[in-house]
Amino acid sequence: MTSDSRGQSKKLALQETEAKAYKERIWKYYLRKNVVPIFFIVLCFFGGYYSGLSLPFLINEIITRMARNSFLVISLIIPILAGMGLNFGIVLGAMAGQFGYIATANFQMAGFSGFVVTTLISIPLSILFGWLTGKLFNQAKGKEMITGIILGFFANGIYQLICLYFMGNFIPIRIPTMLLSTGIGLRNTLDIKSMHYALDNLWKIRINIPGLIFPIIIPVFTLLAVAVLCVAIHFLIKTKLGQEFRAVGQNRHIAEVSGIKVDKIRVIAIIISTVLAGIGQVIFLQNLGNINTYGSHVQVGTFAVAAILIGGASVSKATIGQALLGTLLFHTLFIVSPLAGKNLIGDAMIGEYFRVFVTYGVIGLALALHAWQARQKRR
Amino acid sequence: MTGPRLEMKNIRKEYFGNKVLKGVNISVEPGEIHAIVGENGAGKSTLMNILFGMPVIQSTGGFKGKVLFNGEPVPSSSPEDAMALGIGMVHQEFMLLPGFTVMENIKLNREPTRPNLWSRFLGSKMETLDIQRMRNDAREALDRLDLGIDEMLKVAGLPVGFMQFIEIARELDKNNLQLLVLDEPTAVLTESDADTLLETVKRLSEQGISILFITHRLDEVLKVADQITVLRDGEQVATMSPKEATVGKLAELMVGRKVQAVTRKDNCETDMECSEPLLSIRDLHVEMPGEELHGVNLDVAPGEILGIGGLAGHGKIGIANGIMGLYPSTGKIILAGETVPLNNPVAALNSGMAFVSEDRRGIGLLLEDSIEMNIIVQAMQSQGKFLKKGILQLMDFEASRKHSEKMIKDLDIRCTGPEQLTRRLSGGNQQKVCIAKALTLEPKVLFVSEPTRGIDVGAKRLVLNLLVELNRKAGVTIVMTSSELAELRSVCDRIAIIYKGRLEGVLPPDDSNERFGLMMAGALTHHMKEVS
Ligand SMILES: Nc1ncnc2c1ncn2[C@@H]1O[C@H](COP(=O)(O)OP(=O)(O)OP(=O)(O)O)[C@@H](O)[C@H]1O
Ligand SMILES: [Mg+2]
Repeated sequence: MTSDSRGQSKKLALQETEAKAYKERIWKYYLRKNVVPIFFIVLCFFGGYYSGLSLPFLINEIITRMARNSFLVISLIIPILAGMGLNFGIVLGAMAGQFGYIATANFQMAGFSGFVVTTLISIPLSILFGWLTGKLFNQAKGKEMITGIILGFFANGIYQLICLYFMGNFIPIRIPTMLLSTGIGLRNTLDIKSMHYALDNLWKIRINIPGLIFPIIIPVFTLLAVAVLCVAIHFLIKTKLGQEFRAVGQNRHIAEVSGIKVDKIRVIAIIISTVLAGIGQVIFLQNLGNINTYGSHVQVGTFAVAAILIGGASVSKATIGQALLGTLLFHTLFIVSPLAGKNLIGDAMIGEYFRVFVTYGVIGLALALHAWQARQKRR
Repeated sequence: MTGPRLEMKNIRKEYFGNKVLKGVNISVEPGEIHAIVGENGAGKSTLMNILFGMPVIQSTGGFKGKVLFNGEPVPSSSPEDAMALGIGMVHQEFMLLPGFTVMENIKLNREPTRPNLWSRFLGSKMETLDIQRMRNDAREALDRLDLGIDEMLKVAGLPVGFMQFIEIARELDKNNLQLLVLDEPTAVLTESDADTLLETVKRLSEQGISILFITHRLDEVLKVADQITVLRDGEQVATMSPKEATVGKLAELMVGRKVQAVTRKDNCETDMECSEPLLSIRDLHVEMPGEELHGVNLDVAPGEILGIGGLAGHGKIGIANGIMGLYPSTGKIILAGETVPLNNPVAALNSGMAFVSEDRRGIGLLLEDSIEMNIIVQAMQSQGKFLKKGILQLMDFEASRKHSEKMIKDLDIRCTGPEQLTRRLSGGNQQKVCIAKALTLEPKVLFVSEPTRGIDVGAKRLVLNLLVELNRKAGVTIVMTSSELAELRSVCDRIAIIYKGRLEGVLPPDDSNERFGLMMAGALTHHMKEVS
C-alpha cells in the first residue's frame, strides 16, 4: 500500500517535470521557428523610435504601402505551396502590368475605367508569360529559383528591346510625349497621372484622431482588393486544385503516380502567380502615378521575396499571414531605416545601405538555409 | 466473365542495355491470387511497374511485349490510365505524402468534392474538398483492415507498419478496383499483421478482385496463392500451383541452387554474470507514435547478440530509435561507463553506436549517388575513414573501392559495380547497401532493426551470417530487433521481449515456442522474469 502510493506520487512528480519540460520545449520551438519575424519586429520598433517620425504619419505611410504591395507578395504563395520555391518569375507579371498601362496611356484612358482596362489587358499577357515561365520551370525542375532569376534578366532584355526599339517603330504610339525625341522608343518615365489613385480614391475614409494634426486615411477599395485576394487564396487552398498543389509540392513522384498531372499543375501554379503579380503591379503603379519604364519592374521580384521571407515564410512553406506580416515589416523598415540611420549616425545613406543589405541578406540566408536543409534531409 | 483478367505476353525490358526481363508470360483470372517470387533484382518490381505504367519505364525506353486487360490491349502509358482501368498498386517503396494526414493520403487525387459558385465557371478543379466525406471514406477503408488509427494524424512519424496498411487502405478505397498489385506488402509487417493482411487479401479475392502478390516470405505464398510464378534473373523459370510446390522447391527454383534453411548457429554461451554490461539502458521512455516505450531497463553484455522481440505496437522498435535519437525520449543510456545524451543523433553516432533502421525504404540512402559513396560517406564524414593523411584530406579512392567491393561481395549486392547509382538498384539490394553502410562504421554497438526484411531467402542467410561473423570475429555487440522470432532465435544469445512498452522478460533462444508466445502476449507471470 505505502509503496504503491509512493510510486503514485513519484509518477505524478515525473509527469509534472515532464509537462514542464514539454512546455519549455514548445516555447523554445516557437521561438526558434519564428526567429526571423521576431527579429524584424524588434528592428522595426527600434527603427521607428529613432526615426523620429510621428505615429500618424508612420501609420498612413504603412497603410499606403500595405495597400500597394501586399498583392505582389501574396502572389508568391501558390508556387511555394506547389514546391517551386520563391517565384522570381513574377517580374514577368509586373511587365505585363506595365504593358497594360502603356496601352491605356496610349489610348488616353483615365480614371477607374482606365484602371480596369489596364488590368484586363494585363491578364492575358500574364497568362501567356506565366505559361511560358511554367514550361521553362518544368524543364528545370528543382532549380526553379535560379531559373526564375535568370529568366527575369532575360525577359528584361526583351522588354527593353520592345520598349526601346519596337515602340514607335512597329508598334504605333499615338501620344508623341510618350516617346523619346527621336520618335522611337519610350521615355524613361511614363506619366499616368490620369489614372493616379484610380483605385485608392474610389473611397477614402479619413479618420480624425483628436490631438493629431493629420487624419489617418484608408483607401478602402485597395485594401478590399487585398482582402478579397486573401479570401480567394484561402478558398483555393481548400479546393481540389489546392490539394493538388500541396501534393505536388511535397513529392512530385508520388503525386504523379497517384495520377496527378504534375507538369500541368506546376504550370497552373505559375500562371496564377504571374497573373496576380500583374494585377499587383497595376495596383502598385496607380498609387505611384508614374512608371519608371525601364526600372519599375526590376526590383519587384526581390522585394516581394524579401518581404515574404521576413514574414517568416520559407522556400517550402508560406501562409497568407506570413505574407501580410512580411509586407508590413519590410515596408516599415523601408520607411524608418533612412531616417533612423540619419538620426543615429548622421547619414541617411547608412540606413539606405542597411536596408539594401537586409533585403539581399534575408534572401541569401533563406536560400542558403534551404540548401542546407535539403542536404540535411539527404543525410 | 470469360477469359483471364490480365494477360502479360512475352514481356521484355532493358535498362541501359541490361536485360532485366527476358520474355515473361503471366495470366491472372478474376479473383485469382497470383504470387510472384524471385531473388532481389530478379525483375519483379520492373514487371509490375510496366503493368502500372510507371513513368520510370517510359523514361528508360519503354518495354516490349503485350499487356491485355479483360481481353483489351492496355494503353497503360501512365498510372492514371492504369487506375482508370481498375488497377491498383501498393509499391515497394512508400508512396505516402508525409505532410498529409492519413485521410488525405488515402483519398489522394480521388477526393470527394462539393461544387460551389466558382466551380461552375472554372471547372471541377475548383470544387471544395468535402473533408467530412473524405474522413468517412478513409475511416471505412481503415476499418476494413481493422486499423484503429486516427485518420486525421499526419503520416510523418508513423511507424512503417502503419504506413503499409494505409497504402493498402488507399487501394481498397478505389471502388472500381479489379486488379490489385502488392509489391512486398508484408515485408514491413510483423507476423501477426502479415496474417491480417493475408486474410484481407483472401477476402478481396473472394469478392472477385484479382491480386498480384510479390513477397519473399515463401510460406505466405504457399498459404494464399492460387498460382505462383518464379522469376530468376528476368527469366520465368516456372509457373505452378501451390499444391506442386514446397518452400524448398521454390527457393531452389529462385536461386538456381539448393538453399540452406535458416538454422541455429553453434551455441556459444556468453557468461552474463561476470561481465560488466557494455550498454545500460535505464528507464527509457520513447515517444514513437504507435511504438511507445514506457520505461525500459535493459543491459547488453559486451560481445553478445541481444535480440529484441515482441508484437507490433508494443514498442520493440522504439528502443533503437530512441537510443539513436530519432524520436523524443527520456531516460539514461550508459555506454562503456559514459552517459550518451538522448535526442541527439550525432552524439549517438559519435559515441560508437550505429543503426540500421527498419525504415530503409524511406530514409538513409543518397539515391543519386553511387553504391560506393553510400557505403563510405558516413564513415568518411564522422570518423575520417577513407581519407588520405595530410592537410587536404583527399579521399582514398583505392581503399574505398576495395572496401565497397568487399561489401558488395559479402552481402551479394546485385549490381553492375560499385559505381552504379543506388536509384538503379532493386529494392532489396538498396536495403543491403543500407546494411553495408552501418557495418562500415565498425561500431561498438550495432543496432539492426529487421535486418532481413525485403531480402530474398538466399541473401537472408548471408546477412545473418555476416552479423554473426561481425560479432564473433570483430567483437561487435549487436542489438537486433526483429518481428521474425525464428530469425532472432537463430542468431541471438538472449532474446528480450517487449510488451506494452515495457520489458516483459528475457529468454534464452532455445526456450520453447510456447513460452515465447506466452511472454509476447504478456501472459508469462512475473516470477519468470529474469532480473537484469
Ligand atoms: N531505374 C532503374 N534503372 C536501371 N536499372 C534498374 C532500375 N530499376 C531497376 N533496375 C535493375 O533492374 C533489375 C530488376 O530490378 P527489380 O526492381 O525489378 O527487382 P526486384 O525483383 O523487384 O527485386 P527486389 O526483391 O530486390 O525488390 C535489377 O538488376 C536492377 O538493378
Ligand atoms: Mg522489387
